[in-house]
Amino acid sequence: MDALVNQLPTGLAIGAVLLLAALGLNFTFGQMGVINMAHGEFIMVGAYTAYVLHAWAGLDPTWSLIAALPLAFTLTGTLGWLLELGLIRHFYGRPLDTLLLTFGIGMILQQAARDTFGAPNVDVPAPGWLTDGTTLPGGIRLHHSRLFILALALVCVLAIAHYLHRTHQGRQMRAVIHNRDLAGVSGINTRKVDATTFFIGSGLAGVAGVALTLIGPTGPTLGANYIVDAFLVVVIGGLGRLRGTVLAAFALGILNATAQAWTDASLAKLLVFAAIIAFLQARPQGLFTVKTRALT
Amino acid sequence: MARTRPRTTPLAATALALALTATACAPAGTGTDDDTVTVGLLHSLSGTMAISEVTVHDAVQLAIDEINADGGVLGRQIEPIVEDGASDEATFAERAQKLLQSDGVATVFGGWTSASRKAMLPVFERNDGLLWYPVQYEGLEASPNIVYTGATTNQQIIPALDYLREEGHTSLYLVGSDYVFPRTANQIITAYAQAHDMDVIAQEYTPLGHTEYSTITDDIARTAPDAVFNTLNGDSNVSFFQQLRSAGVSAQDTPVLSVSVAEEEIEGIGADNITGHLTAWNYYQSTPTDTNTGFVEAFTDAYGEERVTSDPMQSAYNAVHLWRAAVEEAGSFEVADVRQALDGTTFEAPEGTITIDGATQHVVKTARIGQVNDQGLIDEIWSSPQPITPDPYLEGYDWAAALTG
Repeated sequence: MDALVNQLPTGLAIGAVLLLAALGLNFTFGQMGVINMAHGEFIMVGAYTAYVLHAWAGLDPTWSLIAALPLAFTLTGTLGWLLELGLIRHFYGRPLDTLLLTFGIGMILQQAARDTFGAPNVDVPAPGWLTDGTTLPGGIRLHHSRLFILALALVCVLAIAHYLHRTHQGRQMRAVIHNRDLAGVSGINTRKVDATTFFIGSGLAGVAGVALTLIGPTGPTLGANYIVDAFLVVVIGGLGRLRGTVLAAFALGILNATAQAWTDASLAKLLVFAAIIAFLQARPQGLFTVKTRALT
Repeated sequence: MARTRPRTTPLAATALALALTATACAPAGTGTDDDTVTVGLLHSLSGTMAISEVTVHDAVQLAIDEINADGGVLGRQIEPIVEDGASDEATFAERAQKLLQSDGVATVFGGWTSASRKAMLPVFERNDGLLWYPVQYEGLEASPNIVYTGATTNQQIIPALDYLREEGHTSLYLVGSDYVFPRTANQIITAYAQAHDMDVIAQEYTPLGHTEYSTITDDIARTAPDAVFNTLNGDSNVSFFQQLRSAGVSAQDTPVLSVSVAEEEIEGIGADNITGHLTAWNYYQSTPTDTNTGFVEAFTDAYGEERVTSDPMQSAYNAVHLWRAAVEEAGSFEVADVRQALDGTTFEAPEGTITIDGATQHVVKTARIGQVNDQGLIDEIWSSPQPITPDPYLEGYDWAAALTG
């Protein structure tokens, strides 16, 4: 129990990272069913946005972080939008082809980053106020960078929830997920909704990338480090369910942190995977499912 | 048309068979003609290890260019045949086979990870080739078909422990990636600690590429060891040092001594995050020898002002020069003759004068402890009193008897 309490902040922190990486996938994979293997590379593009603002545009770390968040969202969102418009829309209903296609796009983006920025990792300095930490009375250490990521993840979740439930466009998006044909005949432009969904999902990857520069290496393969975990979160949470993604991310984070305190990092990873397999055996549809009246 | 096919197929097959026989027979010698001698360059130019190995490849290329400009080896120009190991052991073995058998190269410069070396070793032994391996490694190996120009454990890890002990750091926290080098290194460290009355507080391993270090860094902050011995490899170092800093562990209170972090890696970690921490190598870009000034200048002239030089790069650069010296001593490119000439071959290297120890085919070299400065370079703060004779099986250390069996 003591270990659990001590590891709770770490678990929440790991969960927040997973959540940020998975939020975008919740749209493109969870809602649209497109397996976008280039999603990890969108995360990487976001991270390099922060680097470019600092190293090339010469902004100080605080301003480059703040400016990078909206810029990365727009940039990777546009990339995703172009990808959907130019390629993916021609492959709807062919998941395996889409998987291979986007895998190739991912490799092209990785190599482009390597050619532009060099193969070694680059340094994205964190603002001074984020490199420190605070020790609570119980000896629990709170890393400021982790608190920032947690806060950012929660802000994103609230914004998405508001968008999906309180705006006209968001409601249209949900309608299309529930029943594409019926939404179409009701006058919703499903093509336009698909493009918007892809824009938001990809844009969120960029936001995640900026945040990840605070706690990890910034290099061409950055996204590949997180993509598998991100897919796992979405699958466990249940496709297309925001609350499922949130719950799954934090559950995995806390499970990871506790297992690591109890054993070691290698074994913890193994235990978490074992738990995931057992869980999906019992509940293949994930934590939550979309209730739909569609006949499929 | 139906008639022509059966006729051409056996014809093509015969031609192919002939071609194969021809390539298999032609380079029975050492891949030389009158003006040139071919050598193999086998590093990962793609995949996860490319980050490190491309720089080593560049250093080998620089040495070859220098030697060619200086008249070549035995009057012949060196012609490199470049292959890509692609960060994959099986590819390394297969490419090595190709270099030795179809290209018939005189020697091969290559490898970085221990896994790639272990995969290539049987290929070189079977074909009686000669591999020059440039990276510090975990020891316990001495093949007659490999020359090891990086440090073995008694030239890096043991001097580093001597240094920590001299400084009064007697409780150690061990962090490493989960594969052969860190695990072997930590066995040696634990045996050393037991024999010298030091404490090993914890041994933590993480998978390669791991990025979540809060659990470990918070544990380091809590247990407050005198020093951390870091055998993490690759990207993980970035996360580790960033998170160690926000866990509130300072280099003054708990220095981290790393054996796989060189000038090249510091850029990605961020000098801010690692300033004041320690490294153990045999060479730094700041090592004050005249040869080194020339080496750094030649390297930045060739590859750009922003590039840095590191220990593995320098060891790879030395390997080419040592090979040339041994070949000229032997008066022959034949592996058997070159091997005879290896013992005592010396080179005025950037790290100082180095000599090959013929018995182990390792290099006698000085151990150096460095401290990272805020420019991202490493200042030497301690060095072994004299160059250390390689002892890959640690036969000269009583406390290590149980390790090497």
